[in-house]
Amino acid sequence: MSKRATREGYGDALLEIGDDKKIVVLDSDLSNSTRTCVFKKKYPLRFFNCGIAEGNMISTAAGLSSAGKVVFASSFAMFAAGRAFEQIRNSVAHPNLNVKICASHAGISVGEDGGSHQCNEDIGIMRTIPNMTIVSPSDYYEAKFLIKSSAYIDGPFYIRLGRLAVDNIFNDSYNFNLGKGILLEDGKDVTIIATGLTVFFALEARKILRQDGISAKVINIHTIKPIDKEIIIKSSEETGAVVTVEEHNIIGGLGSAVSEILCEENPILMKRIGIQDLFGISGKPTELFKIYEINADSIVKYTKILLKINLNVFNKLEDFP
Amino acid sequence: MNQEKLKFLKETAKDVRKKILLEIYSAQSGHPGGSLSCADVLTFLYMEVLNIDSQNPLDPFRDRFVLSKGHASSALYAILSIKNFLPQHILKDFRQCSSILQGHPDMKRTPGVDMSTGSLGQGVSAANGIALAGKIDKMDFRVYVLIGDGELQEGQVWEAAMFASHYKLDNITYIIDLNGLQIDGKTEEIMNISPIEQKFASFGFKTIEIDAHDFLEIETGLNQVKLIKKKPTVVIAKSIKGKGVSFMENNPNWHGTAPNSEQFEKAIRELEEKYV
Repeated sequence: MSKRATREGYGDALLEIGDDKKIVVLDSDLSNSTRTCVFKKKYPLRFFNCGIAEGNMISTAAGLSSAGKVVFASSFAMFAAGRAFEQIRNSVAHPNLNVKICASHAGISVGEDGGSHQCNEDIGIMRTIPNMTIVSPSDYYEAKFLIKSSAYIDGPFYIRLGRLAVDNIFNDSYNFNLGKGILLEDGKDVTIIATGLTVFFALEARKILRQDGISAKVINIHTIKPIDKEIIIKSSEETGAVVTVEEHNIIGGLGSAVSEILCEENPILMKRIGIQDLFGISGKPTELFKIYEINADSIVKYTKILLKINLNVFNKLEDFP
Repeated sequence: MNQEKLKFLKETAKDVRKKILLEIYSAQSGHPGGSLSCADVLTFLYMEVLNIDSQNPLDPFRDRFVLSKGHASSALYAILSIKNFLPQHILKDFRQCSSILQGHPDMKRTPGVDMSTGSLGQGVSAANGIALAGKIDKMDFRVYVLIGDGELQEGQVWEAAMFASHYKLDNITYIIDLNGLQIDGKTEEIMNISPIEQKFASFGFKTIEIDAHDFLEIETGLNQVKLIKKKPTVVIAKSIKGKGVSFMENNPNWHGTAPNSEQFEKAIRELEEKYV
């Protein structure tokens, strides 16, 4: 299959680990969309619909977890990270309970449902919560693998999933570790750090940049917290310029996380590509990517601008007596 | 209930009240009013109802108690210390940096605390989750959750009530500490929550109304809940905020204020001399 959504990877991951009787799945009236419906069908006695009451779902998950269950709780990102923020913070993260919040329909790729449903803030919200691990898979296979891994690691997880079917980057032999960034392509002029469905855009941009003589490193950060500082610092030192790409507000997301590290460890010029502190609108995902400048063309455009600025700064420094 | 047991429960509840005051006085911080109002119900639950063992506080088969009105933590710590889950000498360190006794209950720091609470409404859902786990695993433990009456203003309580009823959680009992007051004043004036009994009945609960300071009524009510099948129960426990300390009773100013040394001594003296 050429394109599949990360949420499909979630449903299939639940099927693969579902025989484990510790696993309980909760949803809030979106089981067909989040794909928990496939678990419900096979394991009806361990699936509970909570109705349209996300806060209650999250605190219920906390109680189940305190009694030894590994709980997967799902809704759209907007209503999981947004509406149920305080339940996630106080019922789940503060007592460090084993609840995996799998939030689908994140970002503007939700498309036609529009600004009310396009959650571009969830990573920022979740990053500020202690104990929280945040995972943002780039394709079906990565989602499936990392979600399966999360079931066997204690503690709260926020797993960001998309509605849109996206190109595959990996295959069934995916075997990377949570918390470790992946160097997908090497390069020497610039490092493009991406997460979620923008990883594919970064790979496409690399091909275009290569035609113009620019050699780009592409790194996939699937675990946004705790983030792989080492790969970010090392690659920034090797290339001297960093571009981040995400389907999320540039405030609080991957770009912010990378900036925080580089400001302290290796301050260099960088560019954050993502939602520029705006709300989304209705439209087809590809059109929205164009409007909000989150695609391969935008990565190419801003990478070139960044490298030009970098060159100017570098030349000025050279000229300085 | 024989006279001997009644006397023992009353003495224990008096001890709980004295410990509540000691904790809050030592910390110069805490919530006396709502801790004193639930002291008798907590005493009965821990002495007569809950199947728990301080030597095995995480026993998966144990009954659970969730203090959803987490600000009454001083009452919970008092009874946990009497039940040997906590050493009594640490009560004076309540709410201090070096202490395991957090301002609001923290399940990861304090033995005997079954759920971290403090943000109102959330403990009710969490208690449902524990009860649901019991159903999934076909275990016969019971879950009790104590809810403040002001807390009923939180929408999450009613989301949880829907859930408990929908999934026929007959292994959970909600107990409402109906003292009629919240920080800003009378619940009926701040945001009226009446009629509570009818609300829960319409959500599918078996409802039981008791006097929260009468051990015979508490016993009758809590014995009854075990007999109810296929639906959750709510025990509406009519209480007096600040019960046992005359100048604290029915006064919302004592919701979250610590007594000074004079008030503390007066309160202890009152409990020792007058309270039966």
